[in-house]
Amino acid sequence: MSGLILGPLVAAALAFTFPKRGRGMAWAAAGVVGIAVLSLIRAVLGGGVQSHRVSGWGAPLGIDLRADGLAVLLLALTALIAVAVTGYAAPYLRAADSPEARHRERYFWPLLLFLWTALNALFLSRDLFNLYVALELLGFAAVALVALEGKGDALRAALRYLFVSLSASLFYLLGVALVYGQCATVDLALVAERAPRGPALTVALALMTGGLIAKAALFPLHFWLPPAHANAPAPVSALLSALVVKGAFYLLLRLWFEALPVFHTPAAARLFGMLGAAAILWGSINALTQSRLKLLIAYSTVAQLGYLFLVFPLMTGRDGRFGAWCGGLLLLGAHACAKTAMFLVAGNILRAAGHDRIRELAGIAQVLPVSAFALGLAGVSLVGLPPSGGFAGKWLLLSAGLREGQWWVAAVILVGSLLAAAYIMRVMTRAFAPAVPGTWVRPVPPIMEGTALALALVAVGMGLAGSWFVELLWLGGPWP
Amino acid sequence: MNVLSLTLLGVLCSSLLTGLIIFFLKEESHRLRTWLNLLGAGLKLVLVAALLRGVYLGKTYAWSFEFLPGLPLALGADANSMLFVTLSTVLWFWTTLYAVGYLEDSPHRSRFFGFFSLCVTATTGIALSANLMTFLIFYELLTVSTYPLVVHRGTRKALQGGRVYLTYTLLGGAILLLAVAWLYSLAGPVPFKERGVIQGLMVSHRRELQWLFLLFMIGIGVKAAIAPLHGWLPRAMVAPAPVSSLLHAVAVVKAGAFGIVRIVYDVYGAENAAELGVLPPLAIAAGVTIVYGSVCALFQDELKKRLAFSTVSQVSYIVLGAAILGPLAAIGGLVHLVHQGLLKITLFFGAGNYAETLGIHRVSEMNGVGRRLPLTTAAFTVAALGMIGVPPLAGYVSKWYLSKGAVTAGDHWVTVVLAASSLLNAAYFLPILYRAWFLPPPEKWPAEHSFGRWETHWMLLAAPLVTAALVIWAGVFAESAFSPLAWVKLIAAREYGP
Repeated sequence: MSGLILGPLVAAALAFTFPKRGRGMAWAAAGVVGIAVLSLIRAVLGGGVQSHRVSGWGAPLGIDLRADGLAVLLLALTALIAVAVTGYAAPYLRAADSPEARHRERYFWPLLLFLWTALNALFLSRDLFNLYVALELLGFAAVALVALEGKGDALRAALRYLFVSLSASLFYLLGVALVYGQCATVDLALVAERAPRGPALTVALALMTGGLIAKAALFPLHFWLPPAHANAPAPVSALLSALVVKGAFYLLLRLWFEALPVFHTPAAARLFGMLGAAAILWGSINALTQSRLKLLIAYSTVAQLGYLFLVFPLMTGRDGRFGAWCGGLLLLGAHACAKTAMFLVAGNILRAAGHDRIRELAGIAQVLPVSAFALGLAGVSLVGLPPSGGFAGKWLLLSAGLREGQWWVAAVILVGSLLAAAYIMRVMTRAFAPAVPGTWVRPVPPIMEGTALALALVAVGMGLAGSWFVELLWLGGPWP
Repeated sequence: MNVLSLTLLGVLCSSLLTGLIIFFLKEESHRLRTWLNLLGAGLKLVLVAALLRGVYLGKTYAWSFEFLPGLPLALGADANSMLFVTLSTVLWFWTTLYAVGYLEDSPHRSRFFGFFSLCVTATTGIALSANLMTFLIFYELLTVSTYPLVVHRGTRKALQGGRVYLTYTLLGGAILLLAVAWLYSLAGPVPFKERGVIQGLMVSHRRELQWLFLLFMIGIGVKAAIAPLHGWLPRAMVAPAPVSSLLHAVAVVKAGAFGIVRIVYDVYGAENAAELGVLPPLAIAAGVTIVYGSVCALFQDELKKRLAFSTVSQVSYIVLGAAILGPLAAIGGLVHLVHQGLLKITLFFGAGNYAETLGIHRVSEMNGVGRRLPLTTAAFTVAALGMIGVPPLAGYVSKWYLSKGAVTAGDHWVTVVLAASSLLNAAYFLPILYRAWFLPPPEKWPAEHSFGRWETHWMLLAAPLVTAALVIWAGVFAESAFSPLAWVKLIAAREYGP
């Protein structure tokens, strides 16, 4: 389990020290993490939740690592996306042999590996302070990656992102301090045992939640996301949309359902649900009106993140609890794969056409058939058409909503899906139009197209493996 | 996994794998692609024949796989599914042959045939679905795989048609999804079973079941083109002729009609539905659509558009059959599922030949085409007469059973609708036939191609001739043991029998 954190960390340090070996280091880390994740999955499926005491010191003094179904799922997802991005980024970064390009490549690999370390640490940590450290490392790596482009818009977006990320962390840290003051521990399980109900903890939870919502870009704190995700290099956009925002969401789940479940009242849950619903509608409508492809995809992320927060109101009841949990997380996984595929396709289009203005993208299907296919498949999953992971996730949420009698959730899901179909259709309509001569100027390496397609296929195929995900998510989840 | 379930999967995979391989073929490998297409279609025919024999002998075919806990993806073959799967498989074979000839030398053929195969896979899946969830999955898959075919030409009009198509079908799909999720939350998994599966809810959830029926009919009615949900169909006719055949006869509209049949007979059960009082509104919607579609067809000069409105009208015969209680109407509706497919595909093949060989797209340009394309026009004539309901052709058999069923059930207005529709059919088809055979041809056709020995490319000729022959067979030999009618009687006996 330590290898999951140490592997990419060591690789990051080495990649930073030996800039020429960056890509090799990423592949080495991929190998180590891949094997570790696979064996961890086997262990969890076979023997339930796995714990590990770093250097033999247990909580509350030492550091405990713990892997339940949820953590393992996200570790595996991170590894999958990171490997895909590694495969894609090599040819992407080598596009031009300019000093800027070399600079970009020099710093991309160590930052990618730091990001990976931070995510793995986040998923395995079990105390609020370690989670804070992981979150902070994640934020810095993400901001630096956005700034890699080094141009005006990207730098402005990165600066805004940095500001949001730092103040959000500060809020979170304040909350952690308050919790420590009340419970004299920061271990999730111990907090859950000791937590007294009272105004101090309420404030603490509110502070932490506020910070995490900003990091997870939940409406109305999503304003930093579209410029940051749209101006970053394509592989970075993919990582940000697929994983980084999900990290903050993951932490919210841990907080609300594990550390302080007593605060999960219907009113609080409804607030989350409302914000989620607003995010779905607002993000989708904005996606419909964007003129640039990458901005469209970024707003689609804002919308898709909204679905995840529908888990909160659906978890209040008894009947739909487990279904909602699985639905939300399945949707998270499918979105991660589909969104990565989409951003990688956007990168291919940028490479081939030199811009991503949707109106002028006629003929994608003709010039980049594999990319167009990947875009279509990713769209199928985002819309939630069967048999994709998006469908399975939405189905579970929908049934949970109907079973709990929360009709508005069902309505929001359906409307959101139709809006998603509308914005995907905007792009696909251009894709099938005949190519205008002079639009498509540069070829795209097959590996860049293939990676996008592979991820889109995973997103679509994920629905068929739904039973497996559900089995995994049952282990160590928040139910008696 | 035994031989029986393997046959079932084989029927599905024979087109799925073909499609997936074809996507990766180079544009130039024309011969390989054609062989693969025909091999897949042929293999499917053989497997379906085996399946048909098995079902007739009473063997049970089943395959299932849980993709979410308690939610199996289940395939099976009952008499109902065999009716649809046989129709689509037979017609797919001839449509493929036709499409190969039709698209010769046009661009993006690998993409076209890839999606073509996926589309048929989805249709097969719809036919073989053993529960509502599986049906939903393949139903949506059909929507997605048809879109690239509709916009295949990439022209502005095609893209618009595609957009309208997707808007209608996705809206319908969302409503269907809601209905399925709602029913599942009430009843748990819903397998298809003769006489329905909702008996347990009849008393406790009466109102919900009525609302659900409405949602189902709207969701599926989009594809079945029940008025006022039919708007996409006439606009989707910008697609190439083989795709129109697919939309109108083999896959999309048929999937809608079949879905309605499934909901009425195998989810609700005809008697339960009648008890809930939901059938009369459906019958009225179908009746209105029948007349409305025919009236609209009357005013279209564009041949394919006229045929499209004719489809709107004709498909509602199937719905009408399901909406009238009693075995006779059921027979009439179900048998029209097959008959309408055979008739309409022949007409679209004909329209495609006129467009491809002579550049004719409008009825007003069709003077004397019978002299230039006698065989095509003969096939077209047989199908048009069949549509009107001239005995002993296929359409007559459907209308006969439908009106007998309506009279038995006491719905006399239906016979009026049927008679009016037949008159209207005659009014929009006979002028075409008159022009084609009896008016002199123009000096020069709009855009004539010569194909050597035959009046047109042999593949374009073979398909309509075969389907026209099937039209005659289905009518003349209706009472024999090997006819669509005989099979449909089997289904009706299982739904309504003791």
